[in-house]
Amino acid sequence: MPVALSLKDLHKRYGAAEVVAGLNLELVAGTCHGLLGPNGAGKTTTLRLALGLIEADAGQIALLGHALPQEASTARARVGVVPQADSLDPDFTVRENLMVFGRYFGLSRRAIEARLPMLLEFAGLAGKAEAKIGALSGGMKRRLTLARALVNDPDVIFLDEPTTGLDPQARHLIWQGLRKLTGQGKTLLLTTHFMEEAERLCDRISIIDRGRVIAEGAPRELIQHHVEPGVVEIYGEDIEAWCDRLAERYCRRCEKVGETLFCYTAEPQALIAALDGMPHLRYLHRPANLEDVFLKLTGRDLRD
Amino acid sequence: MSGAPFAVGVFNVPNLRWLPVWQRNFLVWKKLAIPSLLGNLADPMLYMLGLGYGLGRLLPDVAGVPYLNFLAAGTIAYSVMNSATFETLYSAFSRMHVQKTWEAILNTPLGLTDVLLGEWLWATSKSLLSGLAILVVIWGLGLQADFLMSLGLVPVIVLTGLCFAGLGLAINAISPNYDFFLYYFTLAITPMVLLGGVFYPTSELPLWLKAAADWLPLTHAVQLARPLVLGQWPQDILWHSCVLAAYGLAGFWAACRLTRRRLLR
Repeated sequence: MPVALSLKDLHKRYGAAEVVAGLNLELVAGTCHGLLGPNGAGKTTTLRLALGLIEADAGQIALLGHALPQEASTARARVGVVPQADSLDPDFTVRENLMVFGRYFGLSRRAIEARLPMLLEFAGLAGKAEAKIGALSGGMKRRLTLARALVNDPDVIFLDEPTTGLDPQARHLIWQGLRKLTGQGKTLLLTTHFMEEAERLCDRISIIDRGRVIAEGAPRELIQHHVEPGVVEIYGEDIEAWCDRLAERYCRRCEKVGETLFCYTAEPQALIAALDGMPHLRYLHRPANLEDVFLKLTGRDLRD
Repeated sequence: MSGAPFAVGVFNVPNLRWLPVWQRNFLVWKKLAIPSLLGNLADPMLYMLGLGYGLGRLLPDVAGVPYLNFLAAGTIAYSVMNSATFETLYSAFSRMHVQKTWEAILNTPLGLTDVLLGEWLWATSKSLLSGLAILVVIWGLGLQADFLMSLGLVPVIVLTGLCFAGLGLAINAISPNYDFFLYYFTLAITPMVLLGGVFYPTSELPLWLKAAADWLPLTHAVQLARPLVLGQWPQDILWHSCVLAAYGLAGFWAACRLTRRRLLR
């Protein structure tokens, strides 16, 4: 399998804090790879290193066969980026945003104009070419940012939290767009806080914490490997007392977060039977998902 | 379409990589060209005509010419300085800090030096336009002694623009917010306007103050511009030009260092 991006034993330190601490990653061409991690885990720094924008203290980076940061400019010509913060040009229309951005890649006016209808179509903005940025909704802006990242027909696309702040409808449209891109054979590197998004879109996932990869695999594999297949979430007034008396008897592992008790178990029948006899407690039985893996591996304490 | 974009257009000439950045700013400017030009022109015109006529009536000839003629060259230098400064402070800061335009560009093959070079030359272009607008007024009023010699003002305008655009980008690089620029105006721009020989010959200042004024870049711009309006070759052309270039280059160099530290670390 050809590798689009390889990060080897990467280190980056800011003052006393080692933000990236021996990180390894291989992004297989033609796949969507998710980077998950709590705030401050080093995701954005990793992306900036992988684009050659900042220099690592140690380690090796190869992007599309180019050593970074020495050949960053050449490598970036084949890369598209959807940044976390909105950076569309508010002085320009939708069309002008794409035209101006294409010029940064050295593309001729004619080459960009030829791609324009396809890009507008992709963004679902076909009728909005002359609209000002201020007149677009949040979802439209994100889709335009995604289309802008495709102006140079990149092989690899970096997406830093592409759906943060969007409503569910807008999020689904972005997902649809991203699946279209993987269908075309593009390689995606995606950071996100939405586990559902990662589970849906990613072929592989790296969970990052404190600057290094702490788990990696396909979403299904990660779930099977790290957590029990079923979860019973229990909430209600008496949860403390119940927790102390009964939890250990019915499930293999349980964790209390706020007012909710998460019971991880492969055989939930006995637990559910017991809960049915306690009407003051409400419960939800569901299959384990990526969020359970994420919380188990990175802990439940708040990161700021 | 998957050809290497580097094969096309301006990127064949590596030192033209700044051009798309310049073009971006030009496209924005084009949309507001008329009000922008009027804004560039109104302030210096009011100074020149208000003070030139109003104050000029009360004054004897200054440096051997009517006060309005004397003031003309100072107005050019002052106007070019202002234009380059505003563009590299407020406008560039919006692009760098508020709109994240520079960060978006840095995700493309362009580097920070390309961005800053584009901004530097753009601010210089804009200040050239301001200077030329004043020059046209000077021609219209017939304030110049010798038309051909007054054409020598064009390179002086460009050099002055490069000088203050370079300095402005350095200040921009260290500014936490828009309010910070007031320090630069209070501590650098205003003293230059008042001490740099725009309104009177610096030879009228007490010696210690004149010695200080001689360090200010605007003083050198005025000393190049004034004789050209009055029909004489400036003295010490090379010296004044070198001082302006040195300030501009030092500013641009500092801007590259400081902006890199700000955005790319």
